[in-house]
Amino acid sequence: MNIRSYLVQRISAIVMVPFVVTHLIVIILAVQNGLSAEEILGRTRGSFGWAVFYGVFVLAVSAHAAIGVETVLTEWTTLRQRSATLVAHIFGFLLIIIGLRAIFAVISP
Amino acid sequence: MNYSTLRNSPSRWHWGLVAAVVHRLSGLLIAVFLPFHFLSLGLAFESEAFSDFIAWTSNPLVKISEFFLVAALAVHFAGGLRILALEFLQFSKAQSFFISLSFAVSIVVGLLFLLSVFS
Repeated sequence: MNIRSYLVQRISAIVMVPFVVTHLIVIILAVQNGLSAEEILGRTRGSFGWAVFYGVFVLAVSAHAAIGVETVLTEWTTLRQRSATLVAHIFGFLLIIIGLRAIFAVISP
Repeated sequence: MNYSTLRNSPSRWHWGLVAAVVHRLSGLLIAVFLPFHFLSLGLAFESEAFSDFIAWTSNPLVKISEFFLVAALAVHFAGGLRILALEFLQFSKAQSFFISLSFAVSIVVGLLFLLSVFS
């Protein structure tokens, strides 16, 4: 892991601390009495606050997961560094695209 | 590091390795799950498909899988706090404390989820 990846990994981790705590609390509250589509969408539809929350969360987790995958690929497979970096970039950008799409799906009224 | 160094090193060396492996495996599990998470939430563009998907999650096997995912998130989160504390707070003498704390936090979160999902 180069210095830039290291910094992005640590900064994204610190940024996500309050997000993960909130996410875990919301998960545990949401599953009480069973998950329901109405309950989930009732919380998110038209909510600017949740849009911003999940927007930042998706960007941070995409960067964090991509760098994590790159590290695992370089340490645990025979892929060369350049290939691992390429796979990680593709993975990260895909996560951003489908992650922002998911937010749009649950936020747009 | 040769065998005698390993043998003579404090036992926390072993637990540090366990913590590192658990951190990596939980991170990998989350990375594999994320695309499915985002794609399934994307179903909300069509409310019927989304309702069908949410109904599918009431299956006990899905709930058990969700338990492992929530526990993985909690264990990766707690393990990450441990790394940040060791790197930035210069708490290296307290490694074993942070390892235990990480696992304790994860177990509590996992149990809370199980209690909620099956209540």
